[in-house]
Amino acid sequence: MNIWDFEWTFEVLPDLLGGLWTTVQITVVAYLMALVLGLVISMARRVPIFGSILHFVMEFIRTTPLVMQLVFVFLLAPSTVSGMTVGVLVLGVHYSAYTAEVYRSGIEGVAKGQWEAARALSLPAHRTWGAIVLPQAIRKVIPALGNYLIAMFKDTPLLFAIGVAELLTEAQRVGSADFRMVEAFTLVGFLFLVVSIPSAILIRRLEKRYVAV
Amino acid sequence: MEQINFLIERLPRFLDGAWVTVQLTIGGAALAFVLAMVFGIMGSVGHWLPRAVSTIYVEVFRGIAALVLMFWMAYALPIATGFQLEDRFAAILALGLNVGAYGAEVVRSSINAVAKSQIEATVALNFSWFQRMRLVVVPQAWAQMLPTFGNLVIELMKATAVAYLIGVADLAAVAQQLREATGETVVAYSGALILYYLIAQVLILGMRLLERRANRKLGRIPSGGQGLLSLLRAPTIGTKVGVAK
Repeated sequence: MNIWDFEWTFEVLPDLLGGLWTTVQITVVAYLMALVLGLVISMARRVPIFGSILHFVMEFIRTTPLVMQLVFVFLLAPSTVSGMTVGVLVLGVHYSAYTAEVYRSGIEGVAKGQWEAARALSLPAHRTWGAIVLPQAIRKVIPALGNYLIAMFKDTPLLFAIGVAELLTEAQRVGSADFRMVEAFTLVGFLFLVVSIPSAILIRRLEKRYVAV
Repeated sequence: MEQINFLIERLPRFLDGAWVTVQLTIGGAALAFVLAMVFGIMGSVGHWLPRAVSTIYVEVFRGIAALVLMFWMAYALPIATGFQLEDRFAAILALGLNVGAYGAEVVRSSINAVAKSQIEATVALNFSWFQRMRLVVVPQAWAQMLPTFGNLVIELMKATAVAYLIGVADLAAVAQQLREATGETVVAYSGALILYYLIAQVLILGMRLLERRANRKLGRIPSGGQGLLSLLRAPTIGTKVGVAK
């Protein structure tokens, strides 16, 4: 048995690409969730007492392993809820703990004078946030937020632990069926690079564009 | 009450698992640190060859998830080479290579951020490259690296939990075994999560002490103030493993 079998590699490539597609879908949905939830959390944290409790909960989520959270929630969820749903929810919540910090730094970076101006104009709260603070805050943190998209993509193999048919799970399945682990797992690594290196370059471009402004 | 008794009865098992997690964290961090320093310094020198080697290392190992590396080492490597790594060692190797790539970027950018006048001063004093690095550049870059290193260590500790998927008997594995043996999902997993949280808090405290020491050696006042209580200040904004810097 030779180490690398090209024929086999091409045979299983569609299966792996299917896994990759699932990975991408999960990443996109969970990321959108983290973007929205993170913003809500970063604003809710300004509320006294409730904000402190929320801060502790987010800190707990951020300092404990994602894979444990995935398995824990998966085990507690009713059996009708699929691993995919649990995966998206847990990834989204876990990453919102990070994006909330990013938004917070953006909000704190908005000059005090802007708040005072909004107050002087007696703008209602939703206008102060919606028209003054958030547009300035979010613009500054776009590159930082973009980085978490790549980070999240690289965390999707953890969904293997709850049996979601993402890339790593598919590789393990086809690889163990034919006992061709070398090809299967090397391909997974390669496919990860194919996605993450170009996206890293893209984020760097974004960064230059927004930091330069 | 019952749950608390359950936890207390099984505390030794949890602690056994936690000890393995700590071993993985220390081993992975040590390897990552060495790799980060070597490739980070290589990335900061003028010649293109070491820079290219550093870039390739960083981009490859930063681009592949630690779990994928771990699977590769545990399942593909033995078939490809005939060597079977001990699973704990495979986990440390994968974590170290992955986090080391992030660390190398931190080291490189911190070295490049050292003021130009400092480098010029070492040239004026006719220092060798080695003297310049050891006496001037690295001590200053060190203080700047530490906060990000702190975040990387936490991320590394969290990432050790995936090692149970290749059969390492760490804290995550203990939680799983206890659940399977007793059916007490909530208690088994909450217990493990709380231990992970405590380990993270110890790591955060340790990194802050290191930060203060580094700043004091440079004659700077630590950013969080000087008293012991300042160690409990809110953590710096999280730098996640997987985040390009």
